[in-house]
Amino acid sequence: MELKSLISKLHPLERQVLPVLKSETELSAIIKSSQLDEISVMRALQWLENKEVLKILKEEKKIVNLDTNGIKYKEEGFPERKFLEALTTEFQSLTTIAKKSKLETEEINACIGILKRKLAIDVKKEEELMVKLGPQADKILKDGTFEEQLLKKDFPLDLDSIQDTEKLAFDELKKRKNFLKIEDEKKLTITLTDLGKQLVNEDLSGEFVNRLTTGMLKTGSWKDKAFRAYDVEINVPKVYPGKKHFVNQAVEYAKQVWIDMGFKEMTGDMVATSFWCFDSLFVPQDHPAREMQDTFFLGGDLEKGQLPNKELLEKIKNTHENGGNTGSKGWQYTWSDDITQTNVLRTHTTILSAKTLSQLKSEDLPAKFFALGKNFRNEALDWKHLFEFNQTEGIVIDKNANFRHLLGYLKEFFKKMGFSKARFRPAYFPYTEPSVEIDVFHPIKNEWVEIGGAGMFRPEVVVPLLGENIPVLAWGPGFDRLILDNYDITDIRELYKNDLKQLREMKVWLK
Amino acid sequence: MPTINVSKKEFEQLVGKELPLDQLKDRISMLGTDLEKVEDDEIEVEIFPNRPDMLSVQGFARAFSSFIGEKTGLRHYDVKKSGEKIIVDGSVKKVRPFTACAIVKNLQFNDEKIKEVIQIQEKLHITYGRNRKKAAIGVYPMEKISFPINYKANEPNKIKFKPLESEQELTGLQILSQHKAGREFGHLLEGLDKFPYFIDANNEILSMPPIINSHLTGRISEETTAVFIECSGFDYQVLSKCLNIVVTALADMGGEIYSLELDYEEDKKSSPDLTPEKMKLDLKYINKWLGLSLSDEEAKNLLEKMGHDYENGIVMIPAYRTDILHQVDLAEDVAIAYGYENFVEEIPNVATIGEENKLEKFARKVREILVGLKLLEVKNYHLTTAENLNEKMLLENKLIPLKNALGEHNHLRNIILPSLLLNLKDNQHHEYPQNIFEIGRTFNHGKTETGVKETEKLAVVLCHEKTDFTEIKQALTALMDSLGLEVSIKETEHPSYIVGRVGEIIVNDLSLGFIGELSPEVLNKWDLMVPVVGFELELETVFDLI
Repeated sequence: MELKSLISKLHPLERQVLPVLKSETELSAIIKSSQLDEISVMRALQWLENKEVLKILKEEKKIVNLDTNGIKYKEEGFPERKFLEALTTEFQSLTTIAKKSKLETEEINACIGILKRKLAIDVKKEEELMVKLGPQADKILKDGTFEEQLLKKDFPLDLDSIQDTEKLAFDELKKRKNFLKIEDEKKLTITLTDLGKQLVNEDLSGEFVNRLTTGMLKTGSWKDKAFRAYDVEINVPKVYPGKKHFVNQAVEYAKQVWIDMGFKEMTGDMVATSFWCFDSLFVPQDHPAREMQDTFFLGGDLEKGQLPNKELLEKIKNTHENGGNTGSKGWQYTWSDDITQTNVLRTHTTILSAKTLSQLKSEDLPAKFFALGKNFRNEALDWKHLFEFNQTEGIVIDKNANFRHLLGYLKEFFKKMGFSKARFRPAYFPYTEPSVEIDVFHPIKNEWVEIGGAGMFRPEVVVPLLGENIPVLAWGPGFDRLILDNYDITDIRELYKNDLKQLREMKVWLK
Repeated sequence: MPTINVSKKEFEQLVGKELPLDQLKDRISMLGTDLEKVEDDEIEVEIFPNRPDMLSVQGFARAFSSFIGEKTGLRHYDVKKSGEKIIVDGSVKKVRPFTACAIVKNLQFNDEKIKEVIQIQEKLHITYGRNRKKAAIGVYPMEKISFPINYKANEPNKIKFKPLESEQELTGLQILSQHKAGREFGHLLEGLDKFPYFIDANNEILSMPPIINSHLTGRISEETTAVFIECSGFDYQVLSKCLNIVVTALADMGGEIYSLELDYEEDKKSSPDLTPEKMKLDLKYINKWLGLSLSDEEAKNLLEKMGHDYENGIVMIPAYRTDILHQVDLAEDVAIAYGYENFVEEIPNVATIGEENKLEKFARKVREILVGLKLLEVKNYHLTTAENLNEKMLLENKLIPLKNALGEHNHLRNIILPSLLLNLKDNQHHEYPQNIFEIGRTFNHGKTETGVKETEKLAVVLCHEKTDFTEIKQALTALMDSLGLEVSIKETEHPSYIVGRVGEIIVNDLSLGFIGELSPEVLNKWDLMVPVVGFELELETVFDLI
């Protein structure tokens, strides 16, 4: 029964290879007899091995073959023999020997070294080097050198077949230029298991259907046929779906949370004048965050943008200088139109809140808005610094809003983002009062993690933009931290590395 | 943000109470000072920029002591008249017009205390003084100087004295070029005809603010028992506050504060002035703002915990506080004293309708169609290099450079395609096909408030051995079909694409972008060895058509 089920599952390739295995055991022979290509044979053998029909033995051998000089000297004889044959028992000069032996100078020099070591020549130095036959010369001329003996063998040779006694000569020849080459050769042999021995003798010719075709369905011919059974447990090659970038998956989720909580989305430009990025938010014009090392400024012909409408400009300017009609003392300095016109890459999405406030009318209230977007800070790239970062912004404009509501909204948002515990500490931002630092409790790291700021917009922000002093709850915690934690990323650059393997294999945002 | 290091022992002495470590840590962070670490005898805390009065161990301990209920309410500092005088010459008006000065006597210095004074000065310089631009502080040993002192300005080469840490006398200009402090802060005097300086009754130059003190008179030592302090800058109010922060810290060290007369050309002033500032408190407003219902008595207690006094609806604010601009600042003080941890969070029942931005929603739909075509979404930086945007694409577009980028990414991208080619270049060791897309912001010159027009674009590239124009056109058509739009391609030329294999994407007679096979020259520049086809179009325009 087992055998029968096995036969029914055989792949056509396996069926083609199996009969050959009755007589052949070596891969090249199997390829030849089966008339298949190597890859197909290998696949079939692999499958059969998985089914315990056979065992594949892999042997890696080193093969010694002759290189160009090796072939040459095997035919013509070694130069040292020619050299010896040109010698006599009397000293002769090298010039004479060269003439007689017809050897090149380079070969002669090599010969002298080799033959001296073998005590086959005697050398003395006069005006010219003089050479005569040495004590071992006779024996060598008669029996040949060990190298000559080795070269007489049939090449290619199995490296393991070289005897210890031949080792010295082998090493010697290996040193010579282009004499020997040593190559790796892989050899595959297969042995049939008991199951295999049974199987090869079975009749494998029975007709099994590999694929169900439209034709079979139309004619109904499938009824007479048996289907080849598949090995359904086997691994199949991977395919990858198209996917949204994981940062966008997280962003989409967070947006949905805000929308569920009744917030309307704000979007807007990333390039802004300092008026919107800082001044409208009551950030003093000499605030350190506005300096070159923190903020990106635009260059070329775009260093400056236009002033906002005069009425708004006046209001904001007065608020900075003396508080205007906000009930504040203001920053008590002299305002600069120059500074307010300077173009920057937005440093926070809070700019979107400021713009929204400036467009709202009383009849729109109460209102809630959110934003989730990229901001910029002037930083060189390293594992924990990026010059672009995501922030999630929210504002609630409501006559009855208060500080406790602020904490309530924040707690709810972070709960939905997977942090059941949040705590709040005093903080400082120029545009909020009171200001809050938010910590969330990281369930895996088991510690409080600082996540960003929040607060209630100062009247100096709200009154000039909105026209009346209505409480505005506002927050703008960073968002990248939440993504990093969810995907267990430690190097922040990996957010935008776009490694396709990582993107293909990464699990989707499951919250 | 600035941090200060204080000795725990000294801190506890000043506070008047020792707290268990846990409580100490907790209270420090709930006061609105970010605890960095507590180690052995050392406490390191971050002081937020709105509270420069806490930049000394004295100031920090003073606030902390009130906060934990140890020594609450307004601190009273006596100011006696010294009878001494500072004459402010009209010549400083265009240079560094104001100074506020004080004398503190009865001090005992040791190494530790001298270091503390230097730390207060340095921290105030960096923060409140905006790197000495807004305010610079000088402290001088009384035994080395004689009154009256003149504050005036003169041509730089006529100001000559031996600055701190210098072997020889230098002129004003030499100090800027040769002295370390001169090189660091010289830009503050740049372009001025005259430099400001303090000079005493013996014609001894005390200092050249905001750069450096004199070697002779500008250093306090263990023998010093009384000091003269000056703050110079551009706004008398700012200087006055700055001076108050320094003198109250010195008074907390045990010093006695003496005032001086400042003879300005227009008027006479007396400094320091430690009279508390008065502000009306509308308790109803504070309660509404915070969502509390505090009684007058409770409010009084809380304000006293923040170092204020409160009586009959009036708050008396310490003269060293720089951050109380509006009642809401007092609201925050009340909130801190009440304890952020004691607020009961609440989500009010306010009905508003949530809504996604329409363009974002559209982009999300497009993303879903492309993912359905088995494309992988990538996300790249908005900042890149001019080489990537132009040279490597064989283009010569007008780009938007950044003025001050620290890294190599110093241009805003006007097209997305180069980002995608960069991704292909970086992924050559991974499996093909590599079919990717990105939806993102691009930046061009335009008629807007900033001069920059921002547009959402979509770019798609397909990269594998057998890709061709047909395949990319199929993808584009599939997308447009799904959006219910009819797209046609008009033959054109474009430097980044192979001639004869590039077209303009037209929908409703509008040109949206280009589609084609990337030219081998471009691929070469990106070191790409596999063919690439692609398109890039203005997604916002497509959105407008729907």
